[in-house]
Amino acid sequence: MAGSTLEIKDLHVEIEGEEILKGVNLTIKGGEFHAVMGPNGTGKSTLASAVMGHPKYEITKGEIYLDGEDVLEMEVDERAQAGLFLAMQYPSEISGVTTSDFLRSSINSQREEGDEIPLMQFIKEMDSKLDTLEIDKNMAQRYLNEGFSGGEKKRNEILQLMMLQPAIAILDEIDSGLDIDALKVVSKGINEMRSENFGCLIITHYQRLLDYITPDHVHVMMQGRIVKSGGPELAHRLESEGYDWIKEELGIDDETVGQEA
Amino acid sequence: MAVDTQLPYDKEYVANYSGKRNEPDWFKDIRQKAVDLADDLPMPNPEKTRIKNWNFTDFEHDVSGADIKSFDELPEKIRVLLGDHVEERNLIVVRNNNIAYAKLSDELKEKGVIFEDIFTAMHEHGDLVQKYFMQDGVSVDENKLTARHAALMNSGIFLYVPKNVEIEEPIQVIFWQEDDHAALFNHVLLVADQHSQVTYVENYVSNNDETETVANIVSEVFALDGAKVSYGAVDNFAQGTTSYVNRRGHVERDATLEWALGQMNDGHTLSENVTNLVGDNSLSHAKAVSVGRGNQKQDFTANIRHWGQASEGYILQHGVMKDNSASIFNGIGKVENGATKANAEQESRVLMLSEGSRGDANPILLIDEDDVTAGHAASVGRVDPIQLFYLMSRGISQQEAERLVIHGFLAPVVREIPIETVQSQLREVIEGKVY
Ligand SMILES: Nc1ncnc2c1ncn2[C@@H]1O[C@H](COP(=O)(O)OP(=O)(O)OP(=O)(O)O)[C@@H](O)[C@H]1O
Ligand SMILES: [Mg+2]
Repeated sequence: MAGSTLEIKDLHVEIEGEEILKGVNLTIKGGEFHAVMGPNGTGKSTLASAVMGHPKYEITKGEIYLDGEDVLEMEVDERAQAGLFLAMQYPSEISGVTTSDFLRSSINSQREEGDEIPLMQFIKEMDSKLDTLEIDKNMAQRYLNEGFSGGEKKRNEILQLMMLQPAIAILDEIDSGLDIDALKVVSKGINEMRSENFGCLIITHYQRLLDYITPDHVHVMMQGRIVKSGGPELAHRLESEGYDWIKEELGIDDETVGQEA
Repeated sequence: MAVDTQLPYDKEYVANYSGKRNEPDWFKDIRQKAVDLADDLPMPNPEKTRIKNWNFTDFEHDVSGADIKSFDELPEKIRVLLGDHVEERNLIVVRNNNIAYAKLSDELKEKGVIFEDIFTAMHEHGDLVQKYFMQDGVSVDENKLTARHAALMNSGIFLYVPKNVEIEEPIQVIFWQEDDHAALFNHVLLVADQHSQVTYVENYVSNNDETETVANIVSEVFALDGAKVSYGAVDNFAQGTTSYVNRRGHVERDATLEWALGQMNDGHTLSENVTNLVGDNSLSHAKAVSVGRGNQKQDFTANIRHWGQASEGYILQHGVMKDNSASIFNGIGKVENGATKANAEQESRVLMLSEGSRGDANPILLIDEDDVTAGHAASVGRVDPIQLFYLMSRGISQQEAERLVIHGFLAPVVREIPIETVQSQLREVIEGKVY
């Protein structure tokens, strides 16, 4: 079977009583790279968090399926075990838990009991990914994200992505806070994941990232919906012209959530 | 249910008990006076914890335990505390208040080290024991429970390290209450003579999940001039035991006393750890970790009093509260007038894992001297659901995520504990309490 399929259908999400997503439809298949762009505060992170099961977001309407399985019925850990992954815009800091211990627990949680990854194999795999991502080996022994720079946190998210090898990943602004060199390194890591068995949704504000990771599809979010979809050329146009032409085309005054057209 | 706070054990009972054990007169005398004091004195009165309904009177006082012939007969819970190469270690196992196993190497005996049952020591080293027993450390008349301790003491260890003797390997005692109803009135008297060095580790273990009983524990630790003492403890009484723990340090000139306390009881616990930095340049670290669970209530006080010039006291305590447990962490740094250049620092942190748990940290600095440095940090918080979301989003179950967060929260203290064996014991015991 070639890869998994994530289907998001008419997704409505509320946070603290306010509707943020107002009917999102999106399908991501193994082998596909999708980019989601859009101005600040239009619901991109909300979409990502809701798919993963963030406790603050309430799904009021719609469905999410992974290979036909009802994702909304699953706990957060079950979603991960089913093959979903979210690289967070703002990863948490976990004091006292080393990155390496955390990674090993994560990997083992996705394996059968009694079939834990052998320590040497784990170290070998981690070392090779650390090399790819040009991360200092000491970082694996530091407490998870604690005191990490913005760029280090992002690399750490990609390290986790590469170690866990999910079927479908959502990367929320994985490029923010990265310098040019780091951007290349992180892109290299993500491109290494490219295969029939891996689908990816990349949330970004910048064409810069998409220069390194060419998306198959580009979507624009406004007011809690996907308002336009196209190919890589759509991202280029946004880069040079901004969002005004879309707003004009659709008759939108204020693109943020909570404003109605 | 109101609990009777007076004891069913009177002077005659105590006199008989003393007589049966052939105790020296000075100690019989302390016991008899203590019976009266125990009747008259008030209970300890922790400010923020109600101990009125705790069980202090339902227990069996006079019990005994069989010798241990082979370590294989010990339950798993005890064996994990022993580690490897048990036979070679300087170790005492106390089973239902009886010495069931005791070993001290010939080398240490030749150097004059005393490590034995405190009642035996009262005969063999009476002067030494009498000099230190409940004199400058804990007093008999501090409260009802210290008096009751002296009156009913039924277990104890005396450890004496002569001048200039440095002991490398930890000396360990396991207090095992095999009998569910057996009370432990235990006294640890540790005297480290001038410029000596010792690491002492104790474990309290019981299995009385249902049956109620009490533990009344007093430790007195004397670090004489230039001595270095590391005192590690892992308290792990089961739910049925109500514990009163009073650990007291007396630190003289240039001496050091390091406390490493794993406060892992499952029953109600009132614990105070007071260190008197008497001598100039004396130093103490009081490090403690706790995990509360079920419906237990606990009250911990770490108190370092500075009398000596340039004395340094550091309190570091981290506690995790689960289920419906509640704990108070008092940290007290007291600098007496004349203790110039003293440094009193403390840090208390409490993490609550559930809606029903309660935790409180009270940092107190009492300073009667101008020329000092002091500082405190305290925090009480609930586990961050976003942290758990982050961990779970990698496939880790909620239980495992909480486990990681708890270990992580306690790690900064556990890692700082100077005694390797206590570190690993603590990790085991924490692991057992997390689920
Ligand atoms: N925890 C929250 N509490 C209240 N409002 C929230 C919360 N999280 C998000 N929102 C609101 O939901 C809307 C969408 O936020 P979201 O983070 O999804 O935007 P975004 O498209 O990811 O923006 P950015 O590009 O700035 O990351 C915003 O108006 C935001 O203020
Ligand atoms: Mg966002």
